[in-house]
Formats: sequence, structure tokens, C-alpha cells
Amino acid sequence: MRTPALDLPVRLLEVRVRTGAVAILDGITMMLEAGAPTVLVGPNGAGKTTLLRVAMGLIRPTSGLITWGGREICPPTRRAIMFQRPAMLRRSAAGNIRYALAAAGVPRAKRDARIAQLIADVGLKGLEHRPARRLSGGEQQRLALARALARDPDLLFLDEPTASLDPAATNAIEDIVRNVTARGVKVVMSTHDLGQANRLAGEIVLLHRGRLIESGPAAEFFASPRTEQTRKFIAGELLV
Amino acid sequence: MPDDTSALQLVLSGDPTLFAIVRLSLFMSLSAVLFATLIGVPFGALLALTRFPGRETAIVVANALMGLPPVVVGLAIYLLLSRSGPLGFLGLLFTVQAMIIAQAVLVTPIIAALARQTIEDLWAEYRDEMAAMNIGPLQRVVTLIWDARFSLVTSLLAGFGRAAAEVGAIIIVGGNIDGFTRTMTTAIALETSKGDLPLAIGLGMILIAIVIVINALAWVARRVGERYAG
Repeated sequence: MRTPALDLPVRLLEVRVRTGAVAILDGITMMLEAGAPTVLVGPNGAGKTTLLRVAMGLIRPTSGLITWGGREICPPTRRAIMFQRPAMLRRSAAGNIRYALAAAGVPRAKRDARIAQLIADVGLKGLEHRPARRLSGGEQQRLALARALARDPDLLFLDEPTASLDPAATNAIEDIVRNVTARGVKVVMSTHDLGQANRLAGEIVLLHRGRLIESGPAAEFFASPRTEQTRKFIAGELLV
Repeated sequence: MPDDTSALQLVLSGDPTLFAIVRLSLFMSLSAVLFATLIGVPFGALLALTRFPGRETAIVVANALMGLPPVVVGLAIYLLLSRSGPLGFLGLLFTVQAMIIAQAVLVTPIIAALARQTIEDLWAEYRDEMAAMNIGPLQRVVTLIWDARFSLVTSLLAGFGRAAAEVGAIIIVGGNIDGFTRTMTTAIALETSKGDLPLAIGLGMILIAIVIVINALAWVARRVGERYAG
């Protein structure tokens, strides 16, 4: 049984992120609660990646408030993120996970067992000793996921985790997302793939030009969109 | 026409004078590279990873110092270590230690500047991951230096090349004393001026061979490292 998730809920109140005159996020108010995955959708430049980074605590908002479990300052000890293009450390696949375990403060004596478990969880058995940079794109994504899970997170952010992966690799990542969700990890992910959002999401958030257009349960989002922009987006029309 | 045959004979016969000079030269250059590495790599990492007023200027200066004129460095070290200089009490002038100091001064900027570039490039790649893993500043430096180790070997080689080929600074602070501070490069300069070409050519052959062997070893080490570490 997992310990209660101390970082949840994550509350964002009127969060703005600006670079110069450009608003990357413009007054986002939302809450991330324990439960099924929250999936961020929207066209390129909508602000999905920035929102994930803000919620992870990697970017400080220009204005607005963000709290994790009611705390404004909360080091990311039980949060983890997988970037769209994860950097592989120059060591073996197992070495990458070992590094993350060490960073998370896992005792040395427990690391080998955890590495074996994580390698098995993401389906990389047999590739433990291969240099991480020599793995295929899909294998690197799965390794990055294992590295994120090494932190034993309550809250896992995934930025376009299956972008440019083939269907088999995409399926493998989606299975991992379902498994970790079943173990009580809150997954917040971005995707361009509405089919994937439909398959995985408990809640969907549509962003456009840094603004939150609509959010709600996935079934309602697809069945009865509340805004014209959402309807267009679901229909595959361009949002301008 | 120099007598190449006798130069080769000197090398092949293991002439003790010649090999004493080779040993001293290697000891001096490797020591200088070691000290320059201990100073240059952390300094390069500091420049790569920290932001402070005047950082850009510090980088430009560090890059410019790669081209330090050896005779000027020799003169500066000479003035520092001479009997009337601020460090004269150490009694280091015309010793191997003085030559190591002079070479370390010449090599440190090369290693620091190249290490900065290497570590900065890797940092650009790792920054997000390390922030996400909540890695502290000291651990970042250790990780970046460790992961860049195969690239850093190239910096050390550039430093070794500079040290091994250097003559201007060490002849000033070492004095080229036979059996004491005479190195391959200073001996080549001296023997050539005296017309003793076989010894000069023999030393030249060894010097080139050493540089080739060390570069080859570093290349092999890098390839093996890349194969196993990625």
C-alpha cells in the first residue's frame, strides 16, 4: 500500500508564464487530483509542455500561485517527469536507473533489486548493460520512464511520451501508464494523439495559446464538448 | 647532412644519457598536465555551470590565455622564483619543480577552456534531467565531469602536446642543466646549436613517437569508453 500522496492535489491559480511580451501560459486555474490520468491536449504552442514543467516545479510562474498538497514550496522528491526528448546519461541502461535511484536516496543495498524490477516493468530485460545512447527511440523512452519511476513518484508527468514512436512502442508505453496508474500513481501527460487521450484519460484538459479552453471527464469531453473550439479540435479542424 | 644512422643507434642502444633526458621530460610534462587538470577541469566546470557578472569576460580571457607566449610565462615565473622575487625563498629556480610550474601555467588555460566547452555542451543536454532529479550543485559537477571524461581526454592531450613540445619557458626557469633540468626539447635546441645532430635527432624521434603513442592510447581509450558507456 502506497503512503498518502503528499504532493496532491496540485492547485494552479491564475498561473501566468511570460517570456518578454509573449504569454506562454495565460491565467491557468486548475487542479490535479489523485485518480485516473489527466491528459493535456492542444495544438503546437498551446502551452502543454510549459504547464507540465510548471506543475513539476521546474519553471516558476511569472505570476499566480501553485501549491502541492497545500504547500507553495515543495521539492520534487515525490514527483517525476519524462521529457519529450529525454537525455540519456552516458552510461548503461542500468546505470541510468542506478543514478536516478541514488539521486532519490534509495539505499545502495536496495538498488540492484529495484533496477531489476524497473527494467522488467518497462520491458527492457536483456538490455540492462547496453549503453543507453545505443538503445532505439522506443527503448530510450521506456528507459526514461523507468528512470522517472525510480523516484517512486506520487505524481508522474509525461511530455508527449509516445511522439514519433511506432505502434508497438506506443502500446508498450500506454501499458506502463495503465500499470502505474493502477498502482496509485497520478499520471499527467500531454499528447497530440486524441485516440491516445481517449484510451488513457480520466480527465482531459484542452489548451490553446496558453489558455485553458475546456477541461473535464474524458467521456464528456468527447461526447458533449462545451465550447466551439473543443468541438473543432475533436473534429480535427485547425484551431487558429 | 645529419647522421641519421647514429641517431637511430643512440635510440636503439638505450643510450643512458638520452633516456635520462626522456624520463625527466615525461615526468615533467605529465606532472604539469596532472596539476593543470586538477586546476583546469574544476575551473572549466565553474565557468560552464555558473552565471556571474564578468563571466563572458572570464571565458574570453581563458580562451585567450591558451595562446600565452611561453617565453613570457618563463620570464614571469623566473621573476617570481628568482632570489629577489616574492617566492625566491622557496629556492625553486633552476629546478624541475620550477619547470613543472611553468608548464602547468601554460597548460591550465588550455585544459580549462576546452573543459568548459565540453562540460557546457553536456550541461545543455543534461540540465532538465538533473533539475527533475533534484541533483545538487556538487553532484552535478561530479556527474558532468564523469560523463564527459572521454571528451575531456582530448583536452588533456592538447595540454600534453603543449607541455611536451614546449621549450621557451622551461629553458628560462630550468636553465637546461645537464643531468638535472635538461629535457628533450631543451636538449634538442642545445645539441642542434652545438652541431651534435645525432642526439638531437634521436631525441626528436623519441619525442614524436611518445606523442603518437599517447594519442593512440587516448584514441583507443575513447573508443572503448564510448562502446561501453555510450
